[in-house]
Amino acid sequence: MMERTHKDHAQLSDVFNEDEPRVNWHDETLWWVRQKRDRAAHGIPEFELLRETASQIKNNVLSNLSDYLVQFEANALANGIIVHWAANAAEHNRIVHSILEKHDVKRIVKSKSMLTEECHLNEYLGGQGISVVDSDLGELIVQLAKEPPSHIVLPCIHKKKEEIGEIFHRHLGTEKGMSDPQVLTETARQHLRETFLTRRIALTGVNFAIAETGEFVVCTNEGNADMGAHLSDVHIASMGIEKLIPKRKHLGVFLRLLTRSATGQPVTTYSSHFKTPRKGQEMHIILVDNGRSAQLGRKEFRNSLKCIRCGACMNTCPVYRRSGGHSYHNAIAGPIGAILAPNLDMKEYADLPFASTLCGSCSNVCPVKIDIHDQLYKWRQVIVQEGYAATVKSVSMKAMAFTLSSPALYRFAGKSGRLFLKYAPFAVSNQMNPWYKQREMPEPPAESFGEWYKKNRN
Amino acid sequence: MSREKILAAVAANQPASQPLPPDPGMNFPAGDLVEKFAAVVTAIGARVVGIGSVAEIPARIAELFQGGRIVSFIPELAEIAENDISPATDPHTLENVDVTILQPHFAVAENGACWITEDLMGHRVLPFITQHLAMVVTAEQIVPTMHQAYDRIAEGAYGFAAFIAGPSKTADIEQSLVLGAHGPRSMTIFLVGL
Repeated sequence: MMERTHKDHAQLSDVFNEDEPRVNWHDETLWWVRQKRDRAAHGIPEFELLRETASQIKNNVLSNLSDYLVQFEANALANGIIVHWAANAAEHNRIVHSILEKHDVKRIVKSKSMLTEECHLNEYLGGQGISVVDSDLGELIVQLAKEPPSHIVLPCIHKKKEEIGEIFHRHLGTEKGMSDPQVLTETARQHLRETFLTRRIALTGVNFAIAETGEFVVCTNEGNADMGAHLSDVHIASMGIEKLIPKRKHLGVFLRLLTRSATGQPVTTYSSHFKTPRKGQEMHIILVDNGRSAQLGRKEFRNSLKCIRCGACMNTCPVYRRSGGHSYHNAIAGPIGAILAPNLDMKEYADLPFASTLCGSCSNVCPVKIDIHDQLYKWRQVIVQEGYAATVKSVSMKAMAFTLSSPALYRFAGKSGRLFLKYAPFAVSNQMNPWYKQREMPEPPAESFGEWYKKNRN
Repeated sequence: MSREKILAAVAANQPASQPLPPDPGMNFPAGDLVEKFAAVVTAIGARVVGIGSVAEIPARIAELFQGGRIVSFIPELAEIAENDISPATDPHTLENVDVTILQPHFAVAENGACWITEDLMGHRVLPFITQHLAMVVTAEQIVPTMHQAYDRIAEGAYGFAAFIAGPSKTADIEQSLVLGAHGPRSMTIFLVGL
């Protein structure tokens, strides 16, 4: 087995699974969000048409990305925005730092940006003596807890309100034992209002950038991106190069899909369109590659770049719901994280494509029709071929491939499996097989479908 | 230069050009637009107040809010609201605004969003920093979906603009919905002619 610097998904899931009631609560909460998504999607009969349209728009974007980037840059410059290009995370972080240095600023406020998580911007700036306050409530909570977000849309979905109450008691001076969401949110509002009013530089993410107009759109429910940006002297927006869409009118398609898929809302409270800096303000956009152009060259995997970061694949995933976002040890967790991460570092994230049952639910809810579960399957093959898989996994996958390639062996294996389950269940349900740790054995069927069909086909 | 490096890598790795799909069109079931809009606005945590004309708003403001610092650019509200806020205003001086009443360009039935550009906001931060926000919408201003919305926006020029749907909110603590995250604690839609 290749040595990794940290525990893998299965080991980290074990930690999460120690508290069974919490796992059940996490599972049910996310499934509830998934059900809200279904109600919102079913509320508009054209939802499937929108998914198909969005998917094709993104195909067009990826196949013309170099032109769209040039077009976007030209229009953004004409709008008075300063455009930067960053080949990787380190360059992105240096650019942000250089802007802060130019303005002699040591404290900034930031709204949600998974890209800055990917680049580990907060840690980098911390090392340069810069304080960063995350202003999204969920992100503020995990920041105070010194943890990464566990979900791209719901950053502290793994935390109970009592734990959040304790964090607020320690850091923001709320009464001990206070865990009422209303009171805690009001406390954060007061605390962050002071922050918004005193920070001269604000950083935001970008949900969509429009090649045709050079504007970008930021979506929030809290209004934190706008509070930061409009009160600041300098607004820095960080975006992955895949966030481009060709025309303004395409926002109609994407904004109809994004929040319905994410939380089941018809749209976010704020869909803010930033086109020019306000008078006297400086506005920067950092276009970040960080592995995206390489992923674009991987034919089997480039579709992952269509992602609009709604999180629907996480909410529906039976593995994510029961293992928690931190078990993915990557800025982006869940099924989409598991197909994006190996592109950045195949060895470090070799375990993630295996953290799936390949049930396909992720692909079914994806608003831009990314073939997520097919890509998980394909990554497994690449990872085994490249020699990055754990030994147990590569041996069992070889055995499986061998069995599935021979019809006689397959029939024999099926029969002996049923016999084992019937007469010697301990042979599979034992300490060697972690799958059975929290499970009862099923009743084995008396015969296989093949045998039944042979008898009944007439 | 990273710019050239990135563009070269993208150009080398992108697949053969695929065409843009046809627009999804505009002919989706809409129903009664005013009814739909009012129902969605209520569902997303805002309130709808039907009025006969804009002239009724000052009296309604007195009923619905506790006074304080009120801002509006609507001429009929000049008696009760200050209106001398512009892009040149220091945004920090707006931190104690209690109630802001604005007139968006139009609103969207399917999601309750109001489209408002910078020129109708006084200052960009105003619709976000105010404790309470109200929008005045007439029945003719309601379009069915976001497709008609962008059709109306078309090539429209603005420095900043936003769709605003309901009050600022969060459900980050155990998915419990709380209104009034960082922006307005409440959103009122004065629906003219309801």
